Amino acid sequence: MAGRHGHGVDAVSHPVVEVRDLQYTYPDGNPALRGLSFSVAQGETVAIVGANGAGKSTILLHLNGCLMPQAGTVRIGDFPLSKRTLPDVRRTVGMVFQDPDDQLFMPKVQDDVAFGPLNLGLPADEVDRRVMHALSIVGAAHLKDRPPYRLSGGEKRAVAIASVLSMSPTILVMDEPTSNLDPQARRRLIELLKTFEQTIIVATHDLDMAFDLCARTIVVKEGRILTDGPSREILQDAVLLVAGHLERPLRLQGCPVCSPPG
Amino acid sequence: MEKTGSSLLDLTYLDTLSDQDTPVHRLDPRVKLLTTLLFIVCVVSFNKYELSALLPFVIYPIVLVALGNLPLGYLLKKVLLAAPFAFLVGIFNPLLDRAVLVHLGPLEISGGWVSFASIMLRFVLTVSAALILVASTGFNAVCLALEKMGAPAAFTVQLLFLYRYIFVLGDEALRMLRARSLRSFGGRGMALQVSSLMIGQLLLRTLDRAQRIHLAMRCRGFDGEIRIARQLRIGGRDLVFLVGCSAIFLFMRLHDVPRWLGDTAMALMR
Amino acid sequence: MHMADALISPLVGGAMWAATAGLTVYSARKLKEKADDSMVPLMGVLGAFIFAAQMINFTIPGTGSSGHLGGGMILSILLGPYAAFLTMASVLTVQALFFADGGLLALGCNIFNLAFFPCFIAYPFIYRKVVGERPTRRRLVVGAVASSILALQMGAFGVVLETLFSGISELPFTTFLLLMLSIHLAIGVVEGLVTAAVVTFVCKARPEILEMAAVARPPATPALKNVLAGLLVVTVVTGGALSWFASANPDGLEWSMFHTSGKEALEVADQGPYALAARLQEKTAFLPDYGFRKGEEKEVPATSGEGDAAAEAGKGKAEEWPDVSAGKSLSGLVGAAMTLLLAGLIGLGLRRSQRKR
Ligand SMILES: Nc1ncnc2c1ncn2[C@@H]1O[C@H](COP(=O)(O)OP(=O)(O)OP(=O)(O)O)[C@@H](O)[C@H]1O
Ligand SMILES: [Mg+2]
Repeated sequence: MAGRHGHGVDAVSHPVVEVRDLQYTYPDGNPALRGLSFSVAQGETVAIVGANGAGKSTILLHLNGCLMPQAGTVRIGDFPLSKRTLPDVRRTVGMVFQDPDDQLFMPKVQDDVAFGPLNLGLPADEVDRRVMHALSIVGAAHLKDRPPYRLSGGEKRAVAIASVLSMSPTILVMDEPTSNLDPQARRRLIELLKTFEQTIIVATHDLDMAFDLCARTIVVKEGRILTDGPSREILQDAVLLVAGHLERPLRLQGCPVCSPPG
Repeated sequence: MEKTGSSLLDLTYLDTLSDQDTPVHRLDPRVKLLTTLLFIVCVVSFNKYELSALLPFVIYPIVLVALGNLPLGYLLKKVLLAAPFAFLVGIFNPLLDRAVLVHLGPLEISGGWVSFASIMLRFVLTVSAALILVASTGFNAVCLALEKMGAPAAFTVQLLFLYRYIFVLGDEALRMLRARSLRSFGGRGMALQVSSLMIGQLLLRTLDRAQRIHLAMRCRGFDGEIRIARQLRIGGRDLVFLVGCSAIFLFMRLHDVPRWLGDTAMALMR
Repeated sequence: MHMADALISPLVGGAMWAATAGLTVYSARKLKEKADDSMVPLMGVLGAFIFAAQMINFTIPGTGSSGHLGGGMILSILLGPYAAFLTMASVLTVQALFFADGGLLALGCNIFNLAFFPCFIAYPFIYRKVVGERPTRRRLVVGAVASSILALQMGAFGVVLETLFSGISELPFTTFLLLMLSIHLAIGVVEGLVTAAVVTFVCKARPEILEMAAVARPPATPALKNVLAGLLVVTVVTGGALSWFASANPDGLEWSMFHTSGKEALEVADQGPYALAARLQEKTAFLPDYGFRKGEEKEVPATSGEGDAAAEAGKGKAEEWPDVSAGKSLSGLVGAAMTLLLAGLIGLGLRRSQRKR
């Protein structure tokens, strides 16, 4: 797998992501996060779900220092998030944005995938190796010479993920990775993510994906955590989900067509 | 609306054209840029009453179009679409400059018409050279060439971004226009205010997007400098092209080839 | 209005290229000093925005025709002069390359007319002065309209000067100037109104954006003024002096204002055709066996039909103009036809061989 560095034996015991009492208010006075805490262990896959505007994206932006906590702390591996540790944090956490058009800004796919490694100051041949490796993981090696604006939605998403993988992060953070994908592309993406060994945190409205991919789900409401627990339980709990402006995944709604028998 | 929609299509189309593999496309972008500039300078450096000596210069676009597998009809159409300003300014020449310059049997042609024809010929030559440059090189490679030739990075990076996001924002604008035309009856939606609001809306979205892009860049270690790994290499083929073209342009600039051809032909006929 | 390659001389094009290249380097350096890396994507995306915004056309009140945004002023207001200049320059570069708006040689002229004036003159000296530190709605509107008008008037003036210095067009200075200025007055008013509306809209929706722009990007400093004045002088002097020099040179390019004024006098008084002829002869004397029949000035009816004929088919007839004798005319025609035929054949042959591969 793309450069798993691992944190030694004790990584399992202490969390790779730890968020404590995080608060954040946007400059226009919008209190997006009102104090929330959670931690994620090495190798976990966690879904963050919640209504529009609940604060999911804002949480994710804190995980690699795109936003700095106004109150509370964020700790990534051994590094408490601060200006000084920013380069280390960003090397550890790879962030895939919701709109691939925001992420793929370079003229060619391979330039884009190489953007991160080049900024890390890696030598040219290592950059090349990483680019090809990351592209082949997501099955997009054939796209390397194409300009991003001529890719389909699914291809863009794959390349956006590759552009993050090329930095060999140990934690992958994704904002709504399945939005705008057709059913097949969505399925392919889920299967791809299942093969990853990195710690994965996804913010999503796609509860079926949360159910499929993530063992654990965190429900966010109005900048606070409503619940946090195994996806199997949370996504079955109709009362809880309604409180979070959500509904049960289709496959759990007892629909005879889409839920698997038994 | 048709025109605006097609301008995006034009961008896309020219971009696809640059995605071929022909001898012209394989040339180093710097070489093509330099040659194009030299060509343009040679063409516009003629006296304003010059016509015949300008004619041989058509060989350059013709050869590139042929070798580069570019669509001649499409390029000509684009050239014509861009013609109005040169035409409008040029058309005054025949009105103002009426001294007869050419006698062709009974026909007398004024200097104004000659210089007007010269303007239009220059126009076709220079514009087609520029179009052929992008169609055979691609915009990104032109930017790279500019950068390697010493243009400030702030400028070339900005060009790359601009080009990248034309497609995204252009689509957004098109969607807005579509929404407007669906709901505006008898052109009322075209009012200044409505359009300004739409532009304002687009601007807000653009600013948001710029912020998100910046975040995405910083997440991948952006520190104010854009690094592109791609290298350009000038090979023997490129040098031959550059030197050859320059020599031909200079020759055509200094010698009136059609006159010589004509004289020779007449002499032979006699 | 974009200047076209076909209308300028290499001298004017080169001088303007030099001036704008200098300005580009200067702006890039100034921008680097600020070391605000969020400007990188912001400028690029705003450049793309100008394109997208130009797609949103509107009816110009009272005329029924439709127009679109130019963009120089909006960019200056959002980005400040340096970044706006670079952004506008790249917008014009893309237009030159993809839409044949202007041309590569004329790019310098176009950047100067459409980016330099709004960003470095109209914005700091009109907009900032009118709007001041605490913008009100009215000030925004007045500032935007006034600066847009000024920027476009100066741009139009630039087009006229560049055209005349190039000496390709016969348009007399004053006529052309009045024509351009009046057209651009209307365009400027509309541009100003749209700019004002957009700016107030943004101001209302997101006041912080403009505040940021106003605080973080102070108006042009005195140092800038000096540099600009210097550049202006350099451009004018090189352009003027070189043109003058070149016009005195037998192989040189004419200096049109000279020519135009002489021409005007001729047409008004209908005297001195000999003088004109002599001047023309002198100017084109470097061409071999140039024979100009003096003293004959015949009106050519300017019907469009004949215009097209002369422009297209007429190319063949016209290019042997220096000759008087019928034999020579014929040889010129034959030569032109042969040249075109040869070029066409070469093209066809190449394409055929290219296809085979
Ligand atoms: N750049 C911003 N400036 C001001 N307020 C913002 C900004 N981004 C988000 N907000 C506000 O912060 C709150 C949380 O937004 P956030 O984007 O985190 O929600 P979300 O859960 O990701 O929503 P969605 O599901 O729609 O993506 C919302 O009320 C939103 O309006
Ligand atoms: Mg979100």
